[in-house]
Amino acid sequence: MYSFKLTRCVAPSMGAGARLISRGANRSAARPFSSTSSCQIMDTTGFTENQLMVRESVNQVCSNFPNTYWQNLDQTETDPKDFHAALAKDGWLGVALPEEFGGSGLGISEATMMMQTITESGAGMAGAQAIHANIYATQPLAKFGSEVMLKSIPDIVSGNTRVCFGVTEPNAGLNTLSLSTAAKDVGDGYSITGQKIWITCAQVASKMILLARTTPLEEVKKPREGLSLFFIDLDRTKPGLDMRKIKKMGGRAVDANEVFFDNYVIPKSSLIGSEGQGFKIVLHGMNAERCLLAGEALGLGYAALAKAAGYAKERVVFNRPIGMNQGIAHPLADAYMRLEAAKLATYHAARLYDNSKTGAAVSPHAIGVACNSAKYLAAEAAFTACERAVLTHGGMAYAMEYDVERWFRECLVPRIAPVSREMILNFISERVLDLPRSY
Amino acid sequence: MSALRILVPVKRVIDYAVKPRINKAMTGVETVGVKHSMNPFDELSVEESVRIREEKRAPGGVEDIVTISAGPAKAQDVIRTALAMGIDRGIHVELKEGEELEPLTVAKLLKATVEAEKSNFVLLGKQSIDDDAGQTGQMLAGLLGWPQATQASKVEFGEGDSVTVTKEIDGGVETVKAKLPMIVTTDLRLNTPRFAKLPNIMKAKKKKLDKKTLADFGLTSDKKLKILKVTEPPVRQGGGKVEDVGGLVSKLKELGAL
Repeated sequence: MYSFKLTRCVAPSMGAGARLISRGANRSAARPFSSTSSCQIMDTTGFTENQLMVRESVNQVCSNFPNTYWQNLDQTETDPKDFHAALAKDGWLGVALPEEFGGSGLGISEATMMMQTITESGAGMAGAQAIHANIYATQPLAKFGSEVMLKSIPDIVSGNTRVCFGVTEPNAGLNTLSLSTAAKDVGDGYSITGQKIWITCAQVASKMILLARTTPLEEVKKPREGLSLFFIDLDRTKPGLDMRKIKKMGGRAVDANEVFFDNYVIPKSSLIGSEGQGFKIVLHGMNAERCLLAGEALGLGYAALAKAAGYAKERVVFNRPIGMNQGIAHPLADAYMRLEAAKLATYHAARLYDNSKTGAAVSPHAIGVACNSAKYLAAEAAFTACERAVLTHGGMAYAMEYDVERWFRECLVPRIAPVSREMILNFISERVLDLPRSY
Repeated sequence: MSALRILVPVKRVIDYAVKPRINKAMTGVETVGVKHSMNPFDELSVEESVRIREEKRAPGGVEDIVTISAGPAKAQDVIRTALAMGIDRGIHVELKEGEELEPLTVAKLLKATVEAEKSNFVLLGKQSIDDDAGQTGQMLAGLLGWPQATQASKVEFGEGDSVTVTKEIDGGVETVKAKLPMIVTTDLRLNTPRFAKLPNIMKAKKKKLDKKTLADFGLTSDKKLKILKVTEPPVRQGGGKVEDVGGLVSKLKELGAL
């Protein structure tokens, strides 16, 4: 195994056969060993056949989108439309959906591997966020949606329809239950009024999964009641809908927005499940999303670390490669072990989640703890790897063309979203260690 | 026009991007722990067979596309890849780990398969990138007494079972025409193989895959050739430097090149 990895790392020196085989220019030119790091450092023993299949196949698609593609989109804040289309064309957006909706019936274990492979390919969080909601948001639709809604799923899978997820609000933040966007029953429909923030891909999406209050906070017994989930059109020609792009630190290719609703009317048929069920339905997908985010973080970390190791081996200062200095090598070795440990936690959580769907007796508590721990550990390991990759590159890290600055900017996302480190620590303190709640 | 029954043989070889290394015993290339994939030339023939059907190029239609691979248990991976790309069903002739077939044995195996499957069109890679023998297609044509067109860059079907094949030859292209049944071997400009779509990868797991052994075909893997030794090419020596043009000319004269 080890020798295999070494040979893979010797990137441009292909065998004689390789020179013969230059398939159409579009494929050969974008083979991963040219511009992106071919050196995949993650240990892949122990993964299932399906996970490895996903890794290899998604890598093939990603190899057509080299680092220069992502650098350019990041600088010009352009949506990776063709990347989204390429994954959709080959059926990847349906990775975790049942076959009747055009999906492939795989689990979160495979979807997590897919997201990791995307970020690890060099696409980073931008690549992951371009499709994240289309994978994750279709889950509640498939499970709780009406017949009409179910019919729209194949369009999402095929990439014809893009979806965004509208939960977060400026005045709610992590306290999701205090969200105040109202959906007022106006007879033949609902009238939406309120504000959402950090809505990824709202500019390019034509549909939104929206969480809003059908009963005001003051009128419910528990804050988790009175919330409903909707599958709505984002029709910019209709009155009452406005959105504003947020200028941000990283992942600039993908838009994040403030979305304003002012008496925006949607039909009654937009309701997913029944009124007041919204929070329960959203909760259903949260643990899965933790796993996906953990995978995305891991990929980012491995990409940065591989790049740093490659640079440390080649960069010569004082007549020796800088990687010969333990001051450079040891932090990278340490980052590697952190990533490997987080990887085990992540795929353990994903496996628990999938097992619970196939009838195995796994308590929701165990799944919650595992998924939150995985997200926490993977985000921290990715941050460590990205930061050290920047430091290893020294001044060159500051240059866009070395990619590590882009990944470093992006690696803060999994630390903050979808739930902060501190809230996970609170969760573990309270639910595992049985300590009193602090807030 | 008869409907096409296409046979597409595929081989599992070391991935083309892996740098081959000689094994310790110096009897061949190290294959343990090395990434394997479908022989790239076979990928071309898989792609072409599927396109012939998708693009409805054969006037008589395509009735069946079957792939066959002889190799260890892992050879099933490349059969599944071919099935995911669109081939209907597969045949796996299981060999022991490390057991190799010579081109003539493969050709005999394919001949028996052609007869059993009633194939009338065999699309093969022009060579496999491991031993680069480049003989199987031709031998198969000889055994069957069928016409052959090698190194194809274009395959067209016409009326009356005619097939026109554009071949890559030294210095240009050559166009040949023959009638079914026939053998075609593929070259690089024929097409660009697709990536298998995820739903098709999943469906391929359920496609029919028959398991056979060499004995089922009345064959053994006897060798007519013996490998004596496999070595790395000698390391290239660095060239010498000359001061100027005069020095170059006299050096060339000294070496007898002028």
